[in-house]
Amino acid sequence: MDMNRRQFFKVCSAGIGGSSIAALGFSVKPALAEARNFKLARTTETRNTCPYCSVGCGIIMYSLGDKSKNVKAEIIHIEGDPDHPVNRGTLCPKGAGLMGFIHSENRLKHPEYRAPGSKEWKRISWDEAFGKIAKLMKDDRDKNFVAKTDDGLTVNRWLTTGFLAASASSNESGYITHKVVRSMGMLVFDNQARV
Amino acid sequence: MTNHWTDIKNADVVLIMGGNAAEAHPCGFKWVTEAKHHNKAKLVVVDPRFTRSAAMSDYYAPIRVGTDIAFLGGIINYLLANDKIQHEYVKAYTNASFVVNASYKCEDGIFCGYDEAKRKYDNKDWAYELDKDGFAVVDETMQHERCVMQIIKRHYSRYTPEMVETICGTPKAAFLKVCEMIATTSRPDRVMTIMYALGWTQHSQGSQMIRTGAMVQLLLGNIGLAGGGMNALRGHSNIQGLTDLGLLSNLLPGYMTLPGQSEQKIEDYLAKRALKPLRPNQMSYWQNYPKFFVSFQKAWWGKAATAENQWAYDYLPKLDKGYDVLQAFEMMHQGKINGYLCQGFNPVASFPNKAKIVGALSKLKFLVIIDPLATETSEFWQNFGPYNDVKPEEIQTEVLRLPSTCFAEEDGSLTNSGRWLQWHWKGAEPPGEAKADPEIMAEIFTRVRALYQKDQGAFPDPIVNLTWPYRNPKFPSPEELAMEFSGKALADVTDPKDPTKVLAKAGEQVAGFAQLRDDGSTSCGCWIYSGSWTQAGNQMARRDNADPFGIGQTLNWAWAWPANRRILYNRASADPAGKPWNAKRKLVAWTGEKWAGSDIPDMRPDAKPEEGVGPFIMTAEGVAKLFVPSGMVDGPLPEHYEPFESPLATNPLNPKNAKAFANPAARVFKGDMEQFGKPDKFPYAATTYRLTEHFHYWTKHVHDNAVAQPQQFVEIGEELAAAKGIRNGDKVRVTSNRGKIETVAVVTKRIRTITCDGKKVFQVGIPIHWGFKGVAQRGYIANTLTPFVGDANTQTPEFKAFTVNIEKA
Amino acid sequence: MGLQTLDLKQRSATTTPSPQAKSNVTEVAKLIDVSKCIGCKACQVACSEWNDLKEEIGFNHGTYDNPRDLTENSWTVMRFSEVEMKEGEEARLEWLIRKDGCMHCADPGCLKACPAPGAIVQYANGIVDFNQESCIGCGNCITGCPFNVPRISQKDSKAYKCSLCSDRVSVGLEPACVKTCPTGAISFGSKEDMTDLAEERVVDLVERGYKTAGLYDPKGVGGTHVMYVLKHADQPMLYAGLPADPSVAFSVELWKGGLKPLALLGMGAAMLGGLLHYLKVGPNDADAEEKEKEAS
Repeated sequence: MDMNRRQFFKVCSAGIGGSSIAALGFSVKPALAEARNFKLARTTETRNTCPYCSVGCGIIMYSLGDKSKNVKAEIIHIEGDPDHPVNRGTLCPKGAGLMGFIHSENRLKHPEYRAPGSKEWKRISWDEAFGKIAKLMKDDRDKNFVAKTDDGLTVNRWLTTGFLAASASSNESGYITHKVVRSMGMLVFDNQARV
Repeated sequence: MTNHWTDIKNADVVLIMGGNAAEAHPCGFKWVTEAKHHNKAKLVVVDPRFTRSAAMSDYYAPIRVGTDIAFLGGIINYLLANDKIQHEYVKAYTNASFVVNASYKCEDGIFCGYDEAKRKYDNKDWAYELDKDGFAVVDETMQHERCVMQIIKRHYSRYTPEMVETICGTPKAAFLKVCEMIATTSRPDRVMTIMYALGWTQHSQGSQMIRTGAMVQLLLGNIGLAGGGMNALRGHSNIQGLTDLGLLSNLLPGYMTLPGQSEQKIEDYLAKRALKPLRPNQMSYWQNYPKFFVSFQKAWWGKAATAENQWAYDYLPKLDKGYDVLQAFEMMHQGKINGYLCQGFNPVASFPNKAKIVGALSKLKFLVIIDPLATETSEFWQNFGPYNDVKPEEIQTEVLRLPSTCFAEEDGSLTNSGRWLQWHWKGAEPPGEAKADPEIMAEIFTRVRALYQKDQGAFPDPIVNLTWPYRNPKFPSPEELAMEFSGKALADVTDPKDPTKVLAKAGEQVAGFAQLRDDGSTSCGCWIYSGSWTQAGNQMARRDNADPFGIGQTLNWAWAWPANRRILYNRASADPAGKPWNAKRKLVAWTGEKWAGSDIPDMRPDAKPEEGVGPFIMTAEGVAKLFVPSGMVDGPLPEHYEPFESPLATNPLNPKNAKAFANPAARVFKGDMEQFGKPDKFPYAATTYRLTEHFHYWTKHVHDNAVAQPQQFVEIGEELAAAKGIRNGDKVRVTSNRGKIETVAVVTKRIRTITCDGKKVFQVGIPIHWGFKGVAQRGYIANTLTPFVGDANTQTPEFKAFTVNIEKA
Repeated sequence: MGLQTLDLKQRSATTTPSPQAKSNVTEVAKLIDVSKCIGCKACQVACSEWNDLKEEIGFNHGTYDNPRDLTENSWTVMRFSEVEMKEGEEARLEWLIRKDGCMHCADPGCLKACPAPGAIVQYANGIVDFNQESCIGCGNCITGCPFNVPRISQKDSKAYKCSLCSDRVSVGLEPACVKTCPTGAISFGSKEDMTDLAEERVVDLVERGYKTAGLYDPKGVGGTHVMYVLKHADQPMLYAGLPADPSVAFSVELWKGGLKPLALLGMGAAMLGGLLHYLKVGPNDADAEEKEKEAS
């Protein structure tokens, strides 16, 4: 306790007054409901899996509202899925803190661009970002694509641009990523499994 | 994992080595506490540090970082010398009886066929002796002096308990205690599981460490059984899935491999991979490779992939060498890479030798970041004082940073380490303008494709002909993608035994990979995932947790590859006659007509036991390989080598052969060899690792996790601390030959001084979770210190064993 | 049964007895099996998340303990102790990890010591809960607690501690820490069931060589509704100073048993003043007054 002494006395004296009143049989306000209200009574539950480690724990996300039109479905609580055969409702400190990831102040919200030599980000539109990326990729591929080796072997590879894939993204994301990357002839391609 | 998380409850002994399940996989570790509580299991932990797993153990033994092969080799020697092996299993289910070529030898730690200049082996002399029919010669008595059993007996006879103590620093008594506990599971009715993770993977001989563990399990007869197996705990939530889908330099989906440039014709490519059986009656399942490959080419290039154009074989890029991440950053560092895209990955924090990584990125023309969070990599060009001391004005890299969604904001499936594909559902809208990864990839692709359609350019065919049948080409739905990788019939697929019987009508989803064909009549994006979305719908979304046999086999919860099988090699859970080794945890058994039980049999369902079809159906031998004639670049048997940075000057196993000091077949780039520290300047063995409160460099963005472990620290033992005048909580400076970090010291009894080769060895523990972005206290990137060298087979960096010096700051 | 019923058993500083007629309410207990606890802090995180607590991000002080101590925003913390146990000739290292927090004593010293009516209540199922609305921040609960658990917030001068998630228990759920515990180290149920479970665990631990394993349910505070299974029940102090024989301080017993009626009489005068004050200006708000002073 780290109140200054004067404040402490004041709090105490106020307290004694209040407590004495009730102790002698007067009640200045009705008895309080003792426990907090249960906060999940009418939330929407959605099944998901924890994105961190590969145990693949089941989670239940509780979101505000009932998904009606005028409500933004925001996750307000996460707990383990008790039906899940592995975690059976439990979650480790990472899983138990998943809310903090979803709502982290460091979530990215807009495409950004950092120019050569610059010290800062500049917000750009998705259209501009995709346009730039497509052009950068095609220019580099056209310039450096190797169709045949010097000794005439067909190799159809592109080595001057590389791609590093996630390993917390879904199979569906991974599949489409692989399809796109390989169709362009990229070989400099790995995912987190390498490390 | 050969098995899965819940199955651990069936174990009698649990060995945690090369991993720290209690901290890195707490919810999976519950099945260890469950096995202890309800199955009277004993937990053995071998680790350089007394971890939170060790705190739960019945027995803990310390070990020097990077010496696990010596320890496990010592166990093999103990099991063979004390006749603690499961004889019937070893004889019937491993290649112990196979006879090896007379020319095979291993001298002073180097196998035959070594080319020192290239740091490479030619494995032709590691092959089996073949008979006139091309089958391997076997000696069922296992007495032939060149049979695998005798070879491993000789090879590991050098790994005595005294040698283990010398190399590993594990006191002989402690080592023998571990051996005794493990050896109890050589009985057919007792079983041990091995739980390992990156503590084995992240070494220059990591693949061989894991193989040594597998050899121990095979000798004990513990593979394919409930409560047994080799269980890679794996790291990220979908590291298994992304590996299964082949997102690695040299892979295609389903562990098919990209062609090398010498394989100019599809016939050459397929012949090498569709392995013929090496013993009579064996399944050698890779014989089906052409079916998986052609179906894959059809999934990606549809009508453009025809028999005439070798199923668009030329559309695939051909390899001249591996382009793993170390190779990629080496090339980038040399200025040979112009563009790089990072999707949900943070290489500045995750890769070794941070200075080299940042230097390499600075040479890029453009970098694209796709991530839900503001990572260090996305701001590698920004000055963060001592934590990232760069000059932004000198870095000419253009950087584009794209916000992506997180798990809560999307539908899709993740594959856990037990190979379960679990579907999940979206619960909220993404923040701001964030987009899902498939949408971002589709936008990039369709724009590049449009440029090629309009302007032509270099070899546009594989791009413009890529199948793109999605309802919204700018945002393929997860459902469409999942159906594509599971596969469908393009024409009616009929039963080979009865062509009038249609198994799948044209346009229907196939039921599984058994229905795939090599004539272009089926398409399937990832054969091992075939059956995850059938005509009956999305199997990954199933949520029936019934466990009718009571051993944790919840076959109707989600879907596991392959074929919804939960325990791989489960045929080996029964004896050669088809009777379970232990009736209490029966997986499959021969009923007299077929294989059946609590799991999907890993065997042709009608293969009578007397046919002798081996349980390891993917190998050409039909049995598991204690000795590998091919497939490992650094030897047919695991041999102990020192880490590239070691506190010892010689390898105690082969002290006179400098070539056999560190892994002779590991690739080392020019300049990196010189950066390896020597014991005089960097005398202490170091290792990096995770803490349970955090997940990599991710949860430092999460408030509650930052509260639970707010600030970077390193752990050292009391003796080293006293010698260096470091008190608990002091600021210290840790240096390697690549850089330094400054942080807080945690002085602990949990890291003890060990003696190796007559020398006191101190170890320094370095948790990895901090950096210069996030809500936790700022810290140095731990990988500032780590060496730029990888495992000889996988090129996974050697994060787990290197050397440092430590001083009070 | 009625495990989840939040009928009151007693309220602080209240002479009117709570209703006692309902006899079919079962006492609950949380059992913490220290031999299964990996100290992962999932319970800390789940507790913060459920109870909307936001602790400050601290520093490392040379230990794994973080936050270093209980606070008004950290109602449970893990305490780590490295102990070398003699085993014949050899010393065997043990990393003892104990989840600290309110023990929910059957005979709660905090409640006895509390002068604020209804600020501390004990439900018939055994949960001891703080009502911050009635708390006056006097700190007597800290004095009364033999486990040094309650903490007073600097922000609002009110006492806080674990509520055993009474809001969850009241709807038939387990506390947040119990649900999340990855290794099954924390269990929740009737006190009888938890005692049985503890017995089963003790048998297992004795078989594994922990001859002095046992249940921690100290009689000096009438037993607790949070109990531990300890590998070394003969030396609870090894577990970051868990008291061997906790009891309610004599001065607190005295206040409750003998002096309180006298004190209450003496307060009659104060009461009149207090009532008048209340009628005139409403409830005291120390913070507001303080701020007004500072502003002027």
